[in-house]
Amino acid sequence: MSLNERQNEIIEEFSVFDDWMDKYNYLIELSKDLPEIDPKYKAQQYLIEGCQSKVWLFADLEGDVIRYSADSDAIITKGIAALLIRVLDRQKPSDIMNNELYFIERIGLQQNLSPTRSNGLLAMVKQMKLYAMAYNAKVGK
Amino acid sequence: MSLDIQKIRKDFPILSQQVYKKPLIYFDNGATTQKPRVVLDEEIKIYTQENSNIHRGVHFLSEQLTQRYEDARKVVQKFINAPNDHEVIFTSGTTESINTIAFSFGEKYVYEGDEIIISTLEHHANIVPWQMLCERKKAVLKVIPINEKGEILLDEYEKMISPKTKIVSVNHVSNALGTVNDVKSIIEIAHQNNVPVLIDGAQSIQHGKVDVQELDCDFYVFSGHKVYGPNGIGVIYGKEKWLNEIPPFMTGGEMIKKVTFEKTTFNELPFKFEAGTPNYVAAIGLATAIEYIQQLGLENIVAYEKELLDYATQKLESIEGLKIIGTAENKVSVISFNLENIHPYDAGMVIDKMGIAVRTGHHCAEPLMQRLNIEGTIRASFSFYNTKEEIDKLCEAIMTVKQMFG
Repeated sequence: MSLNERQNEIIEEFSVFDDWMDKYNYLIELSKDLPEIDPKYKAQQYLIEGCQSKVWLFADLEGDVIRYSADSDAIITKGIAALLIRVLDRQKPSDIMNNELYFIERIGLQQNLSPTRSNGLLAMVKQMKLYAMAYNAKVGK
Repeated sequence: MSLDIQKIRKDFPILSQQVYKKPLIYFDNGATTQKPRVVLDEEIKIYTQENSNIHRGVHFLSEQLTQRYEDARKVVQKFINAPNDHEVIFTSGTTESINTIAFSFGEKYVYEGDEIIISTLEHHANIVPWQMLCERKKAVLKVIPINEKGEILLDEYEKMISPKTKIVSVNHVSNALGTVNDVKSIIEIAHQNNVPVLIDGAQSIQHGKVDVQELDCDFYVFSGHKVYGPNGIGVIYGKEKWLNEIPPFMTGGEMIKKVTFEKTTFNELPFKFEAGTPNYVAAIGLATAIEYIQQLGLENIVAYEKELLDYATQKLESIEGLKIIGTAENKVSVISFNLENIHPYDAGMVIDKMGIAVRTGHHCAEPLMQRLNIEGTIRASFSFYNTKEEIDKLCEAIMTVKQMFG
């Protein structure tokens, strides 16, 4: 499934929720399904420090696609990480770099995107794209 | 006399707002307080009818507004019982106030090997300016420890003071825990050793009577926006002898007496510390806010906020898995708490969606969080316009949080 098809799928899923509590309950569910990060990546050097919750993010190249894994000490943040991974995992670095993540706004999470909201969403997106840039350079060689 | 809370609430236009289609419950008063209509009206009136740059203007509006600005200074002077109005300096807020004293006092009196004392309870704004000073002057920052309840250990503090101590700077009330510090004893002990004391009053000025002469503090600083006044205005009270001794922090504008390219002489107090165009609109707005709470009666506010604190403490304590962080004997109406196995951020996100504004995180007091060995807390801070019914709603929201994340 392409990156945008996955985004559209998430938008579709969220369209049934008319209440924030439903959205949060869904994010809580998603957080439980997020595959566990290898404990060795739950280290200081993989920590994206937001102001309020900790996020660990690791990415590796597998063939020509990127594999992401993440964890957070806050459940909602972990649920958001799970969404990002669902969209970006197993995608080509160039696709990750060149596609807009429009689903964030469409499902109403854009308020979490401002730099001071500090739940790590913005930092997570930035870091995931940075990994893509780095691996893109590598793939291109 | 008791307060008519429903009537008071009508004085604050924002309190009738809805967020997420729910009535706003504003429990983030520690971060900033809401403004009564009289303050908002006053600012609009100034901009629509009276605006003109103050001081040195010879025309009608300038003279009139200069007078009102200086009258505002006198309102602040009386409010904190400062001996003289020229000991009251307007700044942009507590942070600028502390930076001013840390720089100016530091320039004059602090040298290599000297010591500066703060406490574990401090807000970053009362840590970092002193840290910067210590780096600049190769001085040493000493930190008074606290006990598990979040109270300053006075005996440890007493042992810490040495002939090298140049200044003590502590908050009157902890923003993160609500602890009211025994600043009178802290000041007494310092003075026995001829050491001056700065009191950070950002979290105390709105919760009770402050008398700088009774405290005998050397400096007292606070922000207007935390005492129902406008943003962008703050105060330094300083004893005349210190303010005359220390150099200005910022230069230019009204703080100058005479300038030639060879030498500049500085103006007298308080203007020496008010460089540039002061925020005269906010200064007058602050005076209006002070008059507003004086009309309600500070003793009434203290009594009602104590009632709210006791009620909330009792209600929250009865929630299983909820732990109040900061259980000092003497507290203002601020409660920090954590929920067992629930990240404060998760709790805050859900509480927010129920229309309740609380603060989560480290409250700009990271070293304190490290000392307490926690990531952060959820903080509800109450004001005289809050009600017990609102506290009940907070408890309901917490039960929902527990259900969702439990």
